[in-house]
Amino acid sequence: MSFAVSMLVFLGIASIIGTILKQNEPYENYIIKFGQFWFGFFEKIGLYDVYHSIWFLTILLFLVLSTTLCIIKNTPTILKDFLVFKDSLEEKSLLSFSHHLVIKNKKSVNTSKILYYLKEAKFKIKEKSKENGDVLIIAKKGNYQRLGYILTHIGVVVICLGGLLDGNLIFKAQEIFGYKKIETLDLPASKVPEVSRLGISNTSFRANMTLAEGSSDNVAFVRMKDGYLVQDLPFKITLKDFRINHYSTGMPKSFESDLIISDPELSQDITKTISVNHPFTYKGIAIYQSDFQDGGTRLNIKLRSLLNPGNSQKIEGKIFDKVKLDKDQITYEFNDFKKFNVLHLKEGEKEKPRNVGPSVTYKVRNNAGQAREYLTYQYAMPIDGRSFFISGMRETPQEEFKYLKIPADAKGSIEEFMLFKDALQNKTLIEAVAKKMANQSASEDKNNEVKESFEKSVIKLMILFAQGGFSKIAENVDKNIPDNEKQKAVQTYLKIIDIASSEIYKDRLNLPNKELNQSRIIFIQDALNAYSDMFFYGVPYYFELISYEQKEASGLQLTKSPGQFWVYLGSLSLVLGIFSMIYLHERKLWLLIKAKGGVILALSSNRKNIDFENDFRKLIQEIKKIIH
Amino acid sequence: MFNKLFKSSKATFQTFNVLYLVLLLGGALYALKKFHNYMDIYEEVILFGSVGFFSWLGWSWNHFKKIMILVFVTSLCAIQLYQGALNNNEQVFLLKYLISSQSAIMWMNVFFVLSLLLYWLGLLKENNLIDDIASSFTSVAVLFGFIGLLVRWYESYLIGLDVGHIPISNLYEVFILFCLITSLLYLFYEEKFNTKKLGAFVLIVINAAVGFILWYTFDRHADGVQPLVPALQSYWMKIHVPANFIGYGSFSLAAMVSVAYLISSKKILTSYLPKSAVLDDLIYKSIAIGFIFFTIATILGAIWAAEAWGGYWSWDPKETWALIVWLNYAAWLHYRIVKGLRGSILAWWALIGLVVTTFAFLGVNMFLSGLHSYGQL
Repeated sequence: MSFAVSMLVFLGIASIIGTILKQNEPYENYIIKFGQFWFGFFEKIGLYDVYHSIWFLTILLFLVLSTTLCIIKNTPTILKDFLVFKDSLEEKSLLSFSHHLVIKNKKSVNTSKILYYLKEAKFKIKEKSKENGDVLIIAKKGNYQRLGYILTHIGVVVICLGGLLDGNLIFKAQEIFGYKKIETLDLPASKVPEVSRLGISNTSFRANMTLAEGSSDNVAFVRMKDGYLVQDLPFKITLKDFRINHYSTGMPKSFESDLIISDPELSQDITKTISVNHPFTYKGIAIYQSDFQDGGTRLNIKLRSLLNPGNSQKIEGKIFDKVKLDKDQITYEFNDFKKFNVLHLKEGEKEKPRNVGPSVTYKVRNNAGQAREYLTYQYAMPIDGRSFFISGMRETPQEEFKYLKIPADAKGSIEEFMLFKDALQNKTLIEAVAKKMANQSASEDKNNEVKESFEKSVIKLMILFAQGGFSKIAENVDKNIPDNEKQKAVQTYLKIIDIASSEIYKDRLNLPNKELNQSRIIFIQDALNAYSDMFFYGVPYYFELISYEQKEASGLQLTKSPGQFWVYLGSLSLVLGIFSMIYLHERKLWLLIKAKGGVILALSSNRKNIDFENDFRKLIQEIKKIIH
Repeated sequence: MFNKLFKSSKATFQTFNVLYLVLLLGGALYALKKFHNYMDIYEEVILFGSVGFFSWLGWSWNHFKKIMILVFVTSLCAIQLYQGALNNNEQVFLLKYLISSQSAIMWMNVFFVLSLLLYWLGLLKENNLIDDIASSFTSVAVLFGFIGLLVRWYESYLIGLDVGHIPISNLYEVFILFCLITSLLYLFYEEKFNTKKLGAFVLIVINAAVGFILWYTFDRHADGVQPLVPALQSYWMKIHVPANFIGYGSFSLAAMVSVAYLISSKKILTSYLPKSAVLDDLIYKSIAIGFIFFTIATILGAIWAAEAWGGYWSWDPKETWALIVWLNYAAWLHYRIVKGLRGSILAWWALIGLVVTTFAFLGVNMFLSGLHSYGQL
């Protein structure tokens, strides 16, 4: 017994480890977490898949064995006790019961009245007359309680066996003896060798399958350790359509896949729609909606050059495909497309999350193989009362995205920013603006030299800004201006940039000599900030999604679990067993009615608690009432 | 004379029972007639199953029946007052200050806090009258809590037909459920064992939950109705969650009675508290009922998981911790029933059991990730 208990404790601890250390992650994650040495050690003792490790399964087997032994050992006694009335007890042994009562009485006792009372109290009764004229009444009730012991223990065993049936014991054995091997290379399913395939006859599995809309397949993948196995299916599944329905808040409401199942044994295909909580079972294989992803959405993209207006170009891409720009020596890799993005645009407050429209996740890789990851939204989204095009960039997956925020114009388009940005880089325009500014400011003192030097410094400043935004200016200030004058210089520079860019803006938008309204002033500020951030964006193009043709893929899970029935059956037995163990109170009663007068009563139970004491008290009262 | 009176009161009792059944059955039939287009066969079974369950509870426990009748009548009034418009909860006086879901739940909180204070006052002053008031305040809190949940259920459909669902789908809602179930279990034993001295202990754990509800409401603003994620859209939720919380409630009750037991065994408050044999029996009974419901809930959870996630057991952290909780109490019962263990070891064990249960209930959601990530903090 203590062996079984220590096994249970061990099982509990192992289970806890499995919940703390995330199971079945890709192996690289563990290497990063533990380092090479500990990674290897933990792998050896099976910590990345605790619940399927040899030692865990061994503990389970031992538990099943020891519980089975318990059942075998105790069942005969229990059954005997269940079936037999102990009628051989003598007066002396009744008196030795802890709960007994001797009623001295001269009158003859009304046996039938006692029997009637006991029957009413749901006792099963046996009567035995002894040679000396005494009558022994043996009564018992609640003795199904004893069966509860057997039922609970059988329940546990059956559940465990059912679980083992659905586990991967057979594969484990095949792996140890070299009949099967986990495939770790990224191969197309048809190229995976026989040694890493599980046949149609495999009795239990849990496999995954990703189908793009319109495509079909008859194999699924079982992920295992650092690789996978291919599970062949006895039928072909085609995904006709995949749908996500949304609540008005933008939260997903349902995921549904329209499937066509083609079985060579059937003359007609089966059409079936599955969704979360509504799987479909065919030939013992249950097909579940488990997740979804992009299935190769086509993208029409305009790459707008940030530095050279002439360099903008249109490309066509597809999720999971790449496009190489030979001239720039960079490659665009398209990773994911999302049609809906439900975002909390204001932190915390009661602002409802809202759908901000499509986004594309992609990587831009240079010739050296280094890549940055980008997340770009198609439409401008409202932030702080203004509207911005948002594009995030990060250099490693561990980082948070850093966002480039480009202000949208009054029409909600990016054109005005692009126009303004090109103008900021236009040297002729800068010179014209500088001249204009110099003329205006110098009209009072008419000093040509001052005027010219001012004009030159405006040009120099604006060209510096054009080359690198505010940070370039700051760099310049740091380098060339003594500390005590820095603050003043910066203020002057910022003012000049402000005025010059407003002039440039007015020129490009044909608003000469007009006072700019507040929203335009804010637009220019946001645009200058965006322009400056552009230099840290890491790629010389802004990614503008013109249009797309969405194609989704549905993630299906396929399971065959012959143990399920046994697990449920075991559960039923377990529940019935627990009920009878807890809520049936076993009572055994002996009443010896002596021929000479007088009664001896004894009550016993395998559990003596408050209820038993109460029952005993009540019984004494009733019996006394009947006798007197 | 006395006998006759007794008989007639028995007859009233029977009439009352029949009335209760008629009320429940009538409600269910009305719901079936009006909403059967929105229900599948399982939900209809659950509807009439709950009529059976609630009648049985009411028949075997008169006090519960009274609470339920009041709950139904008041909730129906609230629904009438709404007249199908959600913003009436700000317009109509009775709704705004008493029986809209949020107000009713606030009243529940208030009465639970008051009950705790009064129970302690009653315990220390040895005043039975104060105990009685504390006990009725707990009943009132339960009344308000149930009204709050039922009205919330109705309100959720006013937000949107596709949003509406039974209010046991996030942490805020299940904490209310926890308070209600734990109090009901306690009130039952209070009557059965004829002692009102344990409220001072049991109400502590309930007030901890009240504290959580308040924090969740005022700090996190997480008291709103959220639509259901696809995985939760199943009739199983209506059985799995309540069954689990009967388990959690009973285990908490057992742990709090264990505290009383341990204090009493240290000769503190001993004369004020029930005899240790009574406490011991209460701990056992509470764990036993919790264990049964927890077992059933876990099994139902497995059957639901087989339907939603593709397997009855995935070693998901929540599942695994449910197993650990189960093993813990299975061992507890085993030692008590089969080995005949008694005394303060079991009380300590029941107390540790609460720590394990709390981790399974909350800790898993806070520290571990997995499939059960509905109730994130």
